[in-house]
Amino acid sequence: MKHTTEELEEIASQIRRDIVRMVHGCQSGHPGGSLGCADFFTALYFEVMHHAADFTMDGKGEDLFFLSNGHISPVWYSTLARAGYFEAAELATFRKLDSRLQGHPTTHEHLPGIRIASGSLGQGMSVAIGAALAKKLNDDKALVFTLHGDGELQEGQNWEAAMFAPFNKVDNLICTVDYNGQQIDGPTEKVLSLESLQAKFEAFGWHVIVSNGNDMAEIVKTLQYAVSLTGKGRPIMNLMSTQMGYGVDFMMGSHKWHGVAPNDEQLKLALDQLKETLGDY
Amino acid sequence: MKKYTYTEKKDTRSGFGAGLHEAGKKNENVVALCADLVGSLKMDAFIKDFPERFTQVGIAEANMIGIAAGMTIGGKIPYTGTFANFSTGRVYDQIRQSVAYSNKNVKICASHAGLTLGEDGATHQILEDIGLMKMLPGMVVINPCDYNQTKAATLAIADYEGPVYLRFGRPTVPVFTDPDQNFEIGKAWMVNEGKDVTIIATGHLVWEAIEAGEQLAEMGIDAEIINIHTIKPLDEDAILKSVQKTGCVVTAEEHNKYGGLGESVARLLATTQPTPQEFVAVNDSFGESGTPDQLMEKYGLTDKDIVKAVQRVLERK
Repeated sequence: MKHTTEELEEIASQIRRDIVRMVHGCQSGHPGGSLGCADFFTALYFEVMHHAADFTMDGKGEDLFFLSNGHISPVWYSTLARAGYFEAAELATFRKLDSRLQGHPTTHEHLPGIRIASGSLGQGMSVAIGAALAKKLNDDKALVFTLHGDGELQEGQNWEAAMFAPFNKVDNLICTVDYNGQQIDGPTEKVLSLESLQAKFEAFGWHVIVSNGNDMAEIVKTLQYAVSLTGKGRPIMNLMSTQMGYGVDFMMGSHKWHGVAPNDEQLKLALDQLKETLGDY
Repeated sequence: MKKYTYTEKKDTRSGFGAGLHEAGKKNENVVALCADLVGSLKMDAFIKDFPERFTQVGIAEANMIGIAAGMTIGGKIPYTGTFANFSTGRVYDQIRQSVAYSNKNVKICASHAGLTLGEDGATHQILEDIGLMKMLPGMVVINPCDYNQTKAATLAIADYEGPVYLRFGRPTVPVFTDPDQNFEIGKAWMVNEGKDVTIIATGHLVWEAIEAGEQLAEMGIDAEIINIHTIKPLDEDAILKSVQKTGCVVTAEEHNKYGGLGESVARLLATTQPTPQEFVAVNDSFGESGTPDQLMEKYGLTDKDIVKAVQRVLERK
């Protein structure tokens, strides 16, 4: 291991601080899903992926990551900054005029670490498959990772991609679904139930893993297991349960903090629960 | 009027197929994707010689656009192939976000555009695709006029870095351009120099414009004919130079009058040099089943319609 579990948890704590401060700073953005996925992003960028902060668009020889549910951009931006892609001070520009940190991730402003725009939902799996196919054509053995929202799976394009990847043996692809059961209008169970995602993806031919996305040791173990499953003819789907808002008690487990920023008092309450480990930006 | 002749008629989609095959030979990064229309897009030669560089996505156009965008990240130059309707309207948001906004080097190649698709009817006859595509920032929009020009355009876009929409069709039309032409994106082709009226045509309407030019010559009208194969970026200099000489313009295209080449020309002229203009285009309607010739006649897209439009615009000069 490059880091101990405790070290990774400390990084995740700082990322959570960054998230609530960024969203508070512009009084907009999506803290709920961002907080819920902070552990996943930490494990991926600081432990599992082979990547270089010296960013190149083609990423030849490197593992690539695509965020399909682009609205949780705060967690990705913080992770990229803390992993060295750009200065953490730039996080203060999130969602402000002339920033590279747009509301949803984009290549348009040339922010290092981002390879495609996302925000309009349901497109990331297709893009990741394309990147994975290009890696195969280039004889590049590195892997492609993704993250998707669960509500996002209501978009039909996901299922076009889900049908394509196993049939075409895209086995250098590890997708993860942030299975927090919440979307803007309420619980997914009430809005449009996903029923059994495991049964669905298995029926399409994926190798499906079920995991807990708010337990650092388990996330690292799960992703490393997923890596061990690559190159065996099937794409890998990690159905990762998380709690929206994880780490800030009053934001946890509710769709209400999907796209709402904390006020000054709520910011203080949130930061009191999150240890500053790497220094605030 | 300069004389144009032809010895054979061919479909522009076959020009695409031949161009794709040659682009594949010239550049190993060229890859192709298709949504269950390999035969219609004439992709067979490419697939035969480069099977590992071809991806069959099935009837899943949104996924095809996303995969193509992803492949560019690994340095590939993807050509996607399906009908124009399914290349644009069906996947507009995928093109907008994953290709245009992300500035990916995807070549969206669209066959069976316009009314000349024929008997399949309006569900497949898109007449809005030029408008949809030209509104996307950074998107190049090309609509070649015959087999040779389509082949040359297909080759040229491989060397251009950025998103391109390439539109072509199904019917056989006269082959009258140079087989060895150098296709320059954004550069108009002067078909015939004249002084009385400027006819600006794209796609299948270029041959109709030539036939109209011959009829106009017999009537003593000296028409300048310009082929705009690249609707975006528009060759503004060529258009302005011609219109300064002739003082009136007719645009001709197999597209809705809203959003097409005609509107691009009108915007240019309105902001620089207001000029009487007539539009030969579909009058804001859907198409219907019929033979290509019947449809072009019913919807007013023939040489005779161009002649009438010239007569109208000359009166407004």
